[in-house]
Amino acid sequence: MSGDRFRPGERVRVRVADTLGHVRTPHYTRGHSGVVESYAGAFPNPEELAYGRSGEPAVPLWRVRFEQKRLWPDYSGRPQDTIVVDIYEHWLEPAETKSRRTARPKNDKGMTRRGGKVKR
Amino acid sequence: MQRHHDMGGLPAGPIDLSAHAHAPWEKRVSVLMNLLSRGARPYFTVDEMRRAIEDLGPDEYDRLGYYERWITAITRILLERGVINVDVLGRKLAEVTERRRAPPAR
Repeated sequence: MSGDRFRPGERVRVRVADTLGHVRTPHYTRGHSGVVESYAGAFPNPEELAYGRSGEPAVPLWRVRFEQKRLWPDYSGRPQDTIVVDIYEHWLEPAETKSRRTARPKNDKGMTRRGGKVKR
Repeated sequence: MQRHHDMGGLPAGPIDLSAHAHAPWEKRVSVLMNLLSRGARPYFTVDEMRRAIEDLGPDEYDRLGYYERWITAITRILLERGVINVDVLGRKLAEVTERRRAPPAR
Protein backbone atom coordinates (compact mmCIF):
# COMPACT_ATOMS: atom_id res chain seq x y z
CA MET A 1 0.00 0.00 0.00
CA SER A 2 1.57 3.25 -1.09
CA GLY A 3 -0.91 6.07 -1.16
CA ASP A 4 -2.29 5.49 -4.65
CA ARG A 5 -5.61 3.95 -3.65
CA PHE A 6 -7.46 7.24 -3.26
CA ARG A 7 -7.15 10.70 -4.73
CA PRO A 8 -7.77 14.07 -3.05
CA GLY A 9 -11.41 15.04 -3.62
CA GLU A 10 -12.61 11.44 -3.71
CA ARG A 11 -15.53 10.56 -1.45
CA VAL A 12 -14.78 7.73 0.95
CA ARG A 13 -16.69 6.01 3.72
CA VAL A 14 -15.37 4.86 7.09
CA ARG A 15 -16.05 1.19 7.76
CA VAL A 16 -18.43 0.30 10.57
CA ALA A 17 -16.68 -2.02 12.99
CA ASP A 18 -16.97 -2.28 16.74
CA THR A 19 -13.84 -4.02 17.82
CA LEU A 20 -11.65 -4.64 20.80
CA GLY A 21 -8.07 -3.45 20.74
CA HIS A 22 -6.43 -0.09 20.20
CA VAL A 23 -8.07 1.68 17.27
CA ARG A 24 -7.23 5.14 15.97
CA THR A 25 -10.48 5.62 14.04
CA PRO A 26 -12.82 7.77 16.16
CA HIS A 27 -16.15 6.07 16.76
CA TYR A 28 -18.06 9.16 15.64
CA THR A 29 -16.68 8.86 12.10
CA ARG A 30 -17.68 5.24 11.53
CA GLY A 31 -20.26 4.70 8.82
CA HIS A 32 -19.91 8.30 7.67
CA SER A 33 -18.59 9.51 4.35
CA GLY A 34 -16.14 12.32 3.83
CA VAL A 35 -13.83 13.69 1.17
CA VAL A 36 -10.15 12.80 0.93
CA GLU A 37 -8.14 15.92 1.78
CA SER A 38 -4.61 14.57 1.33
CA TYR A 39 -2.28 11.63 1.77
CA ALA A 40 -0.36 11.83 5.06
CA GLY A 41 2.25 9.13 4.52
CA ALA A 42 2.48 5.52 5.62
CA PHE A 43 3.01 4.53 9.25
CA PRO A 44 3.41 1.29 11.21
CA ASN A 45 -0.06 -0.01 12.02
CA PRO A 46 -0.97 1.28 15.52
CA GLU A 47 -3.38 -1.63 15.99
CA GLU A 48 -0.37 -3.97 15.82
CA LEU A 49 2.06 -1.70 17.69
CA ALA A 50 -0.43 -1.71 20.55
CA TYR A 51 0.37 -5.39 21.16
CA GLY A 52 4.14 -5.06 20.92
CA ARG A 53 4.39 -6.16 17.28
CA SER A 54 6.25 -4.33 14.53
CA GLY A 55 3.28 -2.75 12.76
CA GLU A 56 4.90 -3.57 9.41
CA PRO A 57 4.05 -3.21 6.60
CA ALA A 58 3.30 0.45 7.12
CA VAL A 59 -0.31 1.49 6.44
CA PRO A 60 -1.17 4.57 4.35
CA LEU A 61 -2.81 7.31 6.40
CA TRP A 62 -5.35 9.65 4.84
CA ARG A 63 -6.70 13.01 5.94
CA VAL A 64 -10.46 12.92 5.43
CA ARG A 65 -12.72 15.95 5.69
CA PHE A 66 -16.20 15.47 7.17
CA GLU A 67 -19.11 17.88 7.36
CA GLN A 68 -19.89 18.54 11.03
CA LYS A 69 -23.63 18.68 10.41
CA ARG A 70 -23.51 15.18 8.96
CA LEU A 71 -21.54 13.77 11.91
CA TRP A 72 -23.78 15.38 14.51
CA PRO A 73 -27.53 15.52 13.83
CA ASP A 74 -27.96 18.32 16.40
CA TYR A 75 -24.90 20.31 15.33
CA SER A 76 -25.54 23.98 16.09
CA GLY A 77 -22.43 25.56 14.54
CA ARG A 78 -22.13 27.02 11.06
CA PRO A 79 -23.46 24.69 8.36
CA GLN A 80 -20.19 24.90 6.40
CA ASP A 81 -18.08 23.70 9.36
CA THR A 82 -15.89 20.67 8.70
CA ILE A 83 -13.44 18.50 10.61
CA VAL A 84 -10.40 16.73 9.18
CA VAL A 85 -9.60 13.34 10.73
CA ASP A 86 -6.54 11.15 10.06
CA ILE A 87 -7.79 7.68 9.12
CA TYR A 88 -5.78 4.61 8.21
CA GLU A 89 -6.48 3.15 4.79
CA HIS A 90 -7.87 -0.18 5.98
CA TRP A 91 -10.74 1.72 7.62
CA LEU A 92 -11.74 3.40 4.35
CA GLU A 93 -13.63 2.27 1.29
CA PRO A 94 -14.85 4.18 -1.76
CA ALA A 95 -18.19 5.77 -0.84
CA GLU A 96 -19.88 4.53 -4.01
CA THR A 97 -19.51 0.80 -3.36
CA LYS A 98 -21.73 0.61 -0.29
CA SER A 99 -25.09 2.17 0.29
CA ARG A 100 -25.71 4.05 3.51
CA ARG A 101 -28.07 1.29 4.63
CA THR A 102 -25.38 -1.38 4.21
CA ALA A 103 -22.79 0.76 5.92
CA ARG A 104 -24.88 1.23 9.05
CA PRO A 105 -26.35 -2.14 9.84
CA LYS A 106 -29.15 -2.46 12.34
CA ASN A 107 -28.85 -4.96 15.13
CA ASP A 108 -31.31 -7.72 15.91
CA LYS A 109 -33.49 -5.38 17.95
CA GLY A 110 -34.20 -3.29 14.89
CA MET A 111 -32.25 -0.36 16.27
CA THR A 112 -29.41 1.48 14.63
CA ARG A 113 -25.99 1.48 16.24
CA ARG A 114 -26.65 4.83 17.86
CA GLY A 115 -29.96 3.77 19.28
CA GLY A 116 -32.36 5.42 16.82
CA LYS A 117 -35.31 3.50 15.43
CA VAL A 118 -34.72 2.15 11.95
CA LYS A 119 -36.96 3.66 9.29
CA ARG A 120 -38.58 1.04 7.11
CA MET B 1 -20.13 -1.43 21.31
CA GLN B 2 -18.55 2.00 21.61
CA ARG B 3 -15.54 1.65 23.87
CA HIS B 4 -15.50 3.80 26.99
CA HIS B 5 -12.43 5.92 26.16
CA ASP B 6 -13.70 6.69 22.64
CA MET B 7 -15.94 9.47 23.95
CA GLY B 8 -15.45 12.17 21.31
CA GLY B 9 -18.69 14.06 20.81
CA LEU B 10 -20.57 12.62 23.78
CA PRO B 11 -22.16 15.08 26.25
CA ALA B 12 -19.53 16.02 28.83
CA GLY B 13 -20.54 19.30 30.43
CA PRO B 14 -18.18 22.26 30.78
CA ILE B 15 -14.44 21.65 30.43
CA ASP B 16 -11.97 23.26 32.84
CA LEU B 17 -9.45 25.00 30.57
CA SER B 18 -7.48 26.74 33.31
CA ALA B 19 -3.76 26.01 33.57
CA HIS B 20 -2.64 24.10 36.65
CA ALA B 21 0.71 23.04 38.08
CA HIS B 22 1.73 19.40 37.92
CA ALA B 23 2.66 17.58 41.12
CA PRO B 24 6.25 16.32 41.30
CA TRP B 25 5.08 12.68 41.03
CA GLU B 26 3.17 13.51 37.84
CA LYS B 27 6.34 14.93 36.29
CA ARG B 28 8.17 11.77 37.30
CA VAL B 29 5.56 9.62 35.56
CA SER B 30 5.92 11.73 32.43
CA VAL B 31 9.72 11.32 32.49
CA LEU B 32 9.39 7.57 33.09
CA MET B 33 7.15 7.31 30.04
CA ASN B 34 9.64 9.23 27.90
CA LEU B 35 12.55 7.09 29.02
CA LEU B 36 10.69 3.84 28.42
CA SER B 37 9.09 4.67 25.07
CA ARG B 38 11.78 6.65 23.24
CA GLY B 39 15.38 6.19 22.23
CA ALA B 40 17.12 3.52 20.19
CA ARG B 41 15.66 0.54 22.07
CA PRO B 42 12.34 1.53 23.64
CA TYR B 43 10.64 -0.90 26.01
CA PHE B 44 7.24 -0.18 24.48
CA THR B 45 5.39 2.24 22.21
CA VAL B 46 2.83 4.89 23.07
CA ASP B 47 0.35 2.74 21.14
CA GLU B 48 0.95 -0.03 23.63
CA MET B 49 0.41 2.36 26.52
CA ARG B 50 -2.83 3.56 24.96
CA ARG B 51 -3.96 -0.07 24.65
CA ALA B 52 -3.20 -0.65 28.33
CA ILE B 53 -5.11 2.51 29.34
CA GLU B 54 -8.07 1.63 27.14
CA ASP B 55 -8.19 -1.85 28.70
CA LEU B 56 -8.49 -0.48 32.26
CA GLY B 57 -12.26 -0.79 32.07
CA PRO B 58 -14.78 2.06 32.47
CA ASP B 59 -14.73 2.17 36.29
CA GLU B 60 -10.95 2.37 36.63
CA TYR B 61 -10.70 4.71 33.67
CA ASP B 62 -13.02 7.19 35.38
CA ARG B 63 -11.68 6.68 38.91
CA LEU B 64 -8.03 7.27 38.06
CA GLY B 65 -6.59 10.68 37.22
CA TYR B 66 -4.65 11.31 34.01
CA TYR B 67 -1.17 10.40 35.28
CA GLU B 68 -2.57 7.65 37.50
CA ARG B 69 -3.80 6.01 34.28
CA TRP B 70 -0.32 6.43 32.81
CA ILE B 71 1.54 4.84 35.72
CA THR B 72 -1.00 2.01 35.98
CA ALA B 73 -0.60 1.26 32.27
CA ILE B 74 3.21 1.52 32.44
CA THR B 75 3.24 -0.87 35.39
CA ARG B 76 1.06 -3.44 33.62
CA ILE B 77 3.21 -3.41 30.48
CA LEU B 78 6.43 -3.76 32.48
CA LEU B 79 4.88 -6.73 34.29
CA GLU B 80 3.78 -8.29 30.98
CA ARG B 81 7.27 -7.81 29.54
CA GLY B 82 9.01 -9.23 32.58
CA VAL B 83 10.95 -6.01 33.17
CA ILE B 84 9.68 -6.17 36.75
CA ASN B 85 7.78 -8.97 38.45
CA VAL B 86 4.86 -9.04 40.82
CA ASP B 87 6.97 -9.95 43.84
CA VAL B 88 9.49 -7.14 43.34
CA LEU B 89 6.68 -4.64 42.79
CA GLY B 90 4.74 -5.81 45.85
CA ARG B 91 7.76 -5.59 48.14
CA LYS B 92 8.69 -2.13 46.86
CA LEU B 93 5.14 -0.84 47.29
CA ALA B 94 5.11 -2.16 50.86
CA GLU B 95 8.47 -0.52 51.56
CA VAL B 96 7.32 2.85 50.24
CA THR B 97 4.03 2.63 52.12
CA GLU B 98 5.92 1.88 55.34
CA ARG B 99 8.36 4.72 54.74
CA ARG B 100 5.50 7.19 54.35
CA ARG B 101 3.86 5.93 57.53
CA ALA B 102 7.02 6.15 59.67
CA PRO B 103 7.90 9.42 61.43
CA PRO B 104 10.65 11.37 59.66
CA ALA B 105 14.17 10.36 60.74
CA ARG B 106 16.00 12.78 63.05
